[in-house]
Amino acid sequence: MAENRTHAEAAEEFLKDEERTHWHDDTLWHVRTKRDTAAQKLPEWEVLRENASQIKEYVLSHLDELLIQFENNATANGVTVIWAKNAQEHNDHVYRILQENHVKNLVKSKSILTEECGLNHFLEAKGYDVVDTDLGERIIQFNHQVPSHIVMPAIHLKKKEIGDIFHKHLGTDAGADDPQYLTEAARLHLREKFIQANAAITGVNFGIAETGGFVVCTNEGNADMGTHLADIHIACMGIEKLIPRAADLGVYLRLLARSATGQSITNYNSHFHRPSPGKKMYIILVDNGRTEQLGREDFRNSLKCIRCGACMNTCPIYRRSSGFSYGSTVPGPIGSILSPGIDLKKHSTLPFASTLCGSCSDVCPVKINIHEQLYKWRQVIAKEGNPEPAKKWAMKLAGKVLGNPTLYNIMGKSARTALKLSPNSLIYTRFNAWGKKRDLPEVPKESFKEWYKKNRTND
Amino acid sequence: MKVGLFIPCYVDQFYPSAAIASLELLEKYGVEVDYPMDQTCCGQPMANSGYEHYGKDAGELFMKNFGDFEYIVAPSGSCTLHVKEHLLSHDGTGPKIYELCEFLTDVLQVSEIHASFPHRVGFHSSCHGLRGLHLAKPSEIVGKDFNKPVSLLEKINGLELVKLDRKDECCGFGGTFAVFEEGISVQMGKDRLADHLDKGVEVITAADMSCLMHLEGLLKREKSSVKIMHIAEILNGNPIHS
Repeated sequence: MAENRTHAEAAEEFLKDEERTHWHDDTLWHVRTKRDTAAQKLPEWEVLRENASQIKEYVLSHLDELLIQFENNATANGVTVIWAKNAQEHNDHVYRILQENHVKNLVKSKSILTEECGLNHFLEAKGYDVVDTDLGERIIQFNHQVPSHIVMPAIHLKKKEIGDIFHKHLGTDAGADDPQYLTEAARLHLREKFIQANAAITGVNFGIAETGGFVVCTNEGNADMGTHLADIHIACMGIEKLIPRAADLGVYLRLLARSATGQSITNYNSHFHRPSPGKKMYIILVDNGRTEQLGREDFRNSLKCIRCGACMNTCPIYRRSSGFSYGSTVPGPIGSILSPGIDLKKHSTLPFASTLCGSCSDVCPVKINIHEQLYKWRQVIAKEGNPEPAKKWAMKLAGKVLGNPTLYNIMGKSARTALKLSPNSLIYTRFNAWGKKRDLPEVPKESFKEWYKKNRTND
Repeated sequence: MKVGLFIPCYVDQFYPSAAIASLELLEKYGVEVDYPMDQTCCGQPMANSGYEHYGKDAGELFMKNFGDFEYIVAPSGSCTLHVKEHLLSHDGTGPKIYELCEFLTDVLQVSEIHASFPHRVGFHSSCHGLRGLHLAKPSEIVGKDFNKPVSLLEKINGLELVKLDRKDECCGFGGTFAVFEEGISVQMGKDRLADHLDKGVEVITAADMSCLMHLEGLLKREKSSVKIMHIAEILNGNPIHS
């Protein structure tokens, strides 16, 4: 993983395989295109986005009340609600529940929160075999990787590579890469796991304060398969996942799948309210830095995120560097505004992994001003983070020159003269990152200012 | 009508022909143009790199030069956006800044352009102009299609505008991004160029010289014959660069 690398260094590595870069870019662009087509079919799309944003605005400004309301209603429904301040507490609670209920086998549907908390590794260290049941997650689990994308966790792998992984782990025919054949193999394998499971862990897409119920969205029905068969259901939920009323749900379900994959709706939107007779249901409400992010005025509305991944699919940098280059659980533009809040120094290059093109903000179904927050994190990092010394020095100098007309005129002229007189071997050195693959502009015989002085003033 | 012409620092230094075309174009439409001689830069390069505070002097100097104008016009979507968002007041008082194309379409409301440019042209939509200034409807947004710079190009005699596969993807310039994320920046530029070159363009134009400078750097390194020209040069009737 890209733990100690800058985003640029990690991207450099990915870019070495230009063919793969193009494939990755095209694959995700295709998803972005499907999203556009789906969105264009709804004339009210922009109104929906605005509504979704406003509802979440309300949630963030009433989070304390809504969480208590949610807890009370869920508890009244017979669900055990547990609060976890951080990842460690979350993992400890899961482990305790598994122990108390003598769980031997467990299945898990997709949950970025559990990735954030490192639950799999934690439980594996305790001797559990955690079986991820989302197809993409199962693939990367076989491959000892973490998700490279929050909706399509194995999007970085080609069909052929998945065939090889399945051959190794599931005994499919060597070289077979027919998606239907591979999916069938995964299906048979996972059915076994579902039948054996005593506990099912799921994430939560939406918690409804008014009812105490929650909704889990999957395309494969794997969350349902797991929870219906197992006696114990543990739902792990970030505290920002709340919506006030059941009536608000429609706004989000209409936006989520269209933004994520271009489907009109996710295949399975399962509503959970109470455990079946004889079974147990737990909700773990996890903070893990969210309250702190809520307290940062410039960055709080990053918590509106419904994890659709649209900002990744549209991001020209993500598409050409892959999720791993970000070295954070949530990659891409949204990850670049969430991760610095968790560890500013470790993630200090992420807000710079952007041209501030703004496409992320335009696709965001809850209208998070992602690119503006990237800009704001840059200001924070330059002051208190881990800025690159060369950049700081260059910017300080540029600020001095550009803040002073006399200095600017002199420096401009001397730079142009120097460029004109210097041989290319002096200009295109290894210190000139611009010039590695790009020429510098041709030096004009005079600046506009010099031309203007001659042609438009009487001096 | 009197406007203050803001010529961004790198245009002043490296692309005076784009600046001259902007000036001549405004003059053609009867605008009285004043070019304050003490201008330098709006401070964007520092601010976008995280060093707003180092750009403060440039910002103050900008306001000293332009604070008394009713209208400021700049041949750059990116610098216009920075000035609008970070230097000008948001309460309706003080000067208003326009990118050159939107000044032509929205303020001057030009209906005809007497220029001819018989060439195949690719239009690059620069991001800050597109999504920041709303010079066109971004492809992500649902709503009525419009494109102010393209509406001007469509008025040019003989100009043949090509249809791109990705009409508003970023070129990868991004200010200091071009240097500090050199690898991705170059890849994005190459991909953007391929879209234009596939369509057989002779010229790539844009309302931002910075994107074009990046694309030109790649074109020249590949010894390509495709030219880049600022949109002002085409609207002003300048011939294709030799």
